[in-house]
Amino acid sequence: MENTHSTNYGTYILIWLGLVALTTLTVAIAGLNLASLTVVVALAIATTKSLLVANYFMHVKSDSRVFKVFIIVCITIFLTMIILTFVDLIYRGPVK
Amino acid sequence: MDNEAVMESKHTGHTHRDDVGSKMGMWLFLFTELILFGGMFILYASYRFMYSDDFRAAAMRLDTIVGTVNTILLLTSSLTAVLSLAAIQKKQKLFSMYLLGFTIVCGGAFLINKYFEWSTKIHHGFYPQGPEMANLPDGEVVFYGLYYVMTGLHALHVIVGMVFLAVMFVFVYKEKVTFDNSQKLENAGLYWHLVDIIWIFLFPLFYLIH
Amino acid sequence: MSEVSYLKYEGKYKGLAGWLLSTDHKRIGVMYLVVMSIFFLTAVVFGFLMKLEMLSPGKTIMGPQVYNSLFTLHGVIMIFLFIIPGLPAVFGNFFLPIMLGAKDVAFPKLNLLSWYFYIVGALLVLASLLFGGGPIDTGWTFYVPYSIRTNTNVSFAVFAAFILGFSSILTGLNFITTIHRMRAPGMTWFKMPLFAWGLYSTSWIQLLATPILGITLLLIILERAFGVGIFDPALGGDPLLYQHMFWIYSHPAVYIMILPAMGLVSEIIPTFSKKNIFGYGPIAMSSLAIAFVGYLVWGHHMFSSGISDTSRAIFSLLTFLVAIPSGVKVFNWVATLYKGSIDLKSPLLFVLIFIIVFSIGGLTGLILGSLNTDIHLTDTYFVVAHFHYVMFGGMGTLFFAALHYWFPKMFGKMYNEKIAMIGAWIFAIGFNILYFPMFILGYLGMPRRYYDYLPEFRNWHLVSTIGSWIMITGIIIIVVNLLKGLFKKEMITDINPWGGTTLEWTVPTPPPIENFDEIPVITRGPYERDIHNE
Repeated sequence: MENTHSTNYGTYILIWLGLVALTTLTVAIAGLNLASLTVVVALAIATTKSLLVANYFMHVKSDSRVFKVFIIVCITIFLTMIILTFVDLIYRGPVK
Repeated sequence: MDNEAVMESKHTGHTHRDDVGSKMGMWLFLFTELILFGGMFILYASYRFMYSDDFRAAAMRLDTIVGTVNTILLLTSSLTAVLSLAAIQKKQKLFSMYLLGFTIVCGGAFLINKYFEWSTKIHHGFYPQGPEMANLPDGEVVFYGLYYVMTGLHALHVIVGMVFLAVMFVFVYKEKVTFDNSQKLENAGLYWHLVDIIWIFLFPLFYLIH
Repeated sequence: MSEVSYLKYEGKYKGLAGWLLSTDHKRIGVMYLVVMSIFFLTAVVFGFLMKLEMLSPGKTIMGPQVYNSLFTLHGVIMIFLFIIPGLPAVFGNFFLPIMLGAKDVAFPKLNLLSWYFYIVGALLVLASLLFGGGPIDTGWTFYVPYSIRTNTNVSFAVFAAFILGFSSILTGLNFITTIHRMRAPGMTWFKMPLFAWGLYSTSWIQLLATPILGITLLLIILERAFGVGIFDPALGGDPLLYQHMFWIYSHPAVYIMILPAMGLVSEIIPTFSKKNIFGYGPIAMSSLAIAFVGYLVWGHHMFSSGISDTSRAIFSLLTFLVAIPSGVKVFNWVATLYKGSIDLKSPLLFVLIFIIVFSIGGLTGLILGSLNTDIHLTDTYFVVAHFHYVMFGGMGTLFFAALHYWFPKMFGKMYNEKIAMIGAWIFAIGFNILYFPMFILGYLGMPRRYYDYLPEFRNWHLVSTIGSWIMITGIIIIVVNLLKGLFKKEMITDINPWGGTTLEWTVPTPPPIENFDEIPVITRGPYERDIHNE
């Protein structure tokens, strides 16, 4: 039951650099006109950043598998909620 | 694997400290926080779908620079939070306390930034029932409603996280958190990272719609 | 060996403080039981008064405003203070650790904190009656925009529900961790009692659905206080999104109440038919399946609210899916009874009542889940009948079953079995006379939530009101019988009065302070019978 995460300082700092770089990227891209892709790109970058934080800072990568399963369950349920809400919104026809 | 801790407790007759259990409790709590914000994200997504033009117009009034600075502040504080855990595990108590202190300061700076951001907006009349709101189309009113509720709720979590970390600071000082008993600090760190992750999503959704 | 029972144990604190400050899961369970029983009986009285009002057309004993408040309070108290938390908080707390072979839950202090959250929430509900603009009149669903506009005390009541949600979340968190980390050595996932599977599934719903209600209710308060415009149509908000958010929680909440109840059935049936459970795996898995499918069907509460046709069709289709895992359970229970050596004692009688009324409730649910019939029946008494069959007939009946099943173990006392049987029969008869006419009334077009009705509905309302008297007589007999048993002088010490096979029947009656002298090592399934000892 090893519960210490033997990652050294260097890895954490590298991850942080990556996170800062992705932040710069997302701000820079927001200036471009990508029309409907804007939100997709922004969310893709945000997801990547979250994965970095979760896997390294929150040690999900090195932790027991049960935590990964938990996270997947939680996210699946959330996505289900949002998708089914949109099934209503998208097909509702013109508002007002 | 799960049963080892229980087996051990049987021999000693005392309640065994179950670090994995404690971490599991923390993660489960984090899920409730995620879903709490998740509810707001569902609303945000729905209204952005309904009022995409209004959202764009309203977001233009938010200050991207303030948002970016705050993002960097939180990311950095997340780094120092995890470093403080690594430090205590390497028995570097003092260094760990410095890092924790720095984390809390970053959180404070984030809040100060937020305070000025909000007060500028309020000063200009952009707040629920504020003087400017009557002139705005529905979608923009909803945008600001979401903006205040979501960033406000997030700021509340930053405050809670800071309190958490401050308690850990004292624990490290009093050696209640040590190199072989650091689960509490790790849990506080998990909470802080979650607050960071939520901001990672709030930032592009409010400040980067152009 | 002879350890002090949890009832007698005196730790740091004595007397009442020894209860109020105890982190013993058993004492916490009993404390929940006491408070919840009081609220349940209060809400029963409200229901009784409502039925009395419906005795004749026009004003019988109260005006419309009082009636509105009564059905709101009846709903809020029953749902948020009794049905949702009932089985996990009382029997889950008391028996989950024992059934797993553990000394307590994973986080005993947090467990006590949940109880206090529950009490604070309950007090806030009561406070909402006394202060401000008077008792709420929105219905338990707090639909916007009315809940934003009404002057009654919505903020208080909504905040109460928020706090109660917190209590529910902490209990869920505690149970999941307990089940993952504290099972006795040898108790693999598939050697776990089915009640634990029910609690496990429920806990996940508590954890992953309740926060949605929390944020939604918070938004109502913010809307009322600041006018943020998120749900207020006058400010650009969409009231339908409120309904979505509300039902994203409140539909899964139906499964929060029913899953532990179904787990309980899977405990009682093997005990009283002296047989191993039929289809352990499918029953366990169907709990998880119901928990998941429960997230997919909330839209069926909104068929006539104005959501898109496509989504109505999809939600309707998904709704029918729930019937599959529910059917799996019912078939397995019946198969367990088949060729068993059935000993019809009061706990089993309650379970059989449950299977019948719950099936009626479930099948009428399919009628409501079909789009065309729903348009005719929605917001009528048919819906009221349906959910009383499902919730009261489901969770309520099984709460009685659990009480009768575990009563001797919990208190070391015994109630009068004969009177319990009589009470159960009267309850069941009254129940059906009370609620079945509501199906007919609903079909004929009687709308719900009105204090008045057209003369042509008179006869069925009369029957229904008489049914309420019979049912309440049954409840009184049941409750008085249990109380008399509780205050009897003679203790029973029989470890296993029913011949149960799960771990709670291996510890002394009533259980000692830390449940087990020595943590048991599990080598067989929860319902396998040791033939040599029979």
